[in-house]
Amino acid sequence: MTDIIDIWSYLSEGPLLWLTLTLVAYLIGDGCFRLAGRKPYVNPVLISMLLLAALLEATGTSYQTYFEGAQFVHFMLGPATVALAVPLWSNWRKVRESALPLLAALCVGSAMAMGSGVAIGAAFGLDRQILLSLVPKAATSPIAIGVSETIGGLPTLTVVLVLITGVIGAVVTTPLLNLLRIRDYRGRGFATGVAAHGIGTARAFQVHGTAGAFAGIGMVLNAALTALLAPLFVKLFF
Amino acid sequence: MILHFGIFLGFQLLGEVLSRITGIALPGPVIGMGLLAALLLWRPPIGTAIEGTATGFLSHLSLLYVPAGVGIVQYLDQLSEIGLPLAAALLGSTVLSIGVGALTFKYVNRLRGVADETPA
Repeated sequence: MTDIIDIWSYLSEGPLLWLTLTLVAYLIGDGCFRLAGRKPYVNPVLISMLLLAALLEATGTSYQTYFEGAQFVHFMLGPATVALAVPLWSNWRKVRESALPLLAALCVGSAMAMGSGVAIGAAFGLDRQILLSLVPKAATSPIAIGVSETIGGLPTLTVVLVLITGVIGAVVTTPLLNLLRIRDYRGRGFATGVAAHGIGTARAFQVHGTAGAFAGIGMVLNAALTALLAPLFVKLFF
Repeated sequence: MILHFGIFLGFQLLGEVLSRITGIALPGPVIGMGLLAALLLWRPPIGTAIEGTATGFLSHLSLLYVPAGVGIVQYLDQLSEIGLPLAAALLGSTVLSIGVGALTFKYVNRLRGVADETPA
């Protein structure tokens, strides 16, 4: 018995255990997603997050300890963002053809993401700093953190709001767009990327390559637009 | 494959350096993505060479968000206090943003007389 406790205390302090468990949790999440017939509400990110969060709570492990292992996975977000250049390039002809509707969808989607989040939050009486933290929630996290700092929000809260937004987007996008009878994978993917950044983009790639490529473009463009517009938005409405 | 990852990391590095030097409000990886896209448009054979690696890598994009997502454990108390209004704001706003964004794409295309593209 003491052996097991010794082994646990040794492993739980090093990066190996939590790195491995992150991959295992993802494999379980992805397995559930496949078993459920790739249903959008069985989201692999959400399942793995919940499994790991429960495990941290159950074992009394701090997030800092966990992240020492998981950071190796987290780090790959950077090169993955760079890799989005490849689907952008291979869909370049389609992107150029639909530059105008994409630009329109970007402006409307991005403004709606900032405006409606704050409006609904204000209607429910959330305080000012929380509302400010909500403004960049649709942007990918590195941008959202910077924007939140600039406009006076709470960057650490913003990160959580960004992630929840991504998971919501990944879960609702397919049924929502089916309901609205939007079939074009370019528009479907792009709107998802604008509103739900990388997690939405990951979902779009599960559905269709074109949707994924356009989601990646939407994510990057909305990141740039949010960085530009958020300070202006705050000046106008706060 | 090592070379291909080297390309992604190299462009990220380049993006980080440019982001610092120029003070642009975009993160390094986003700048790196733009530069790599420009390179591929200029030299398509490079794109063909790295396409397989990029597609395989991006098919597991979900995994990469898990570590940051688990960070939610740090905010459970804070979130439970304001959970309902926040959930309403996040859900309502995300639904509206995806919906009006996609509808805008559709109707601007229709105004231009461009048909929907519906792959089988």
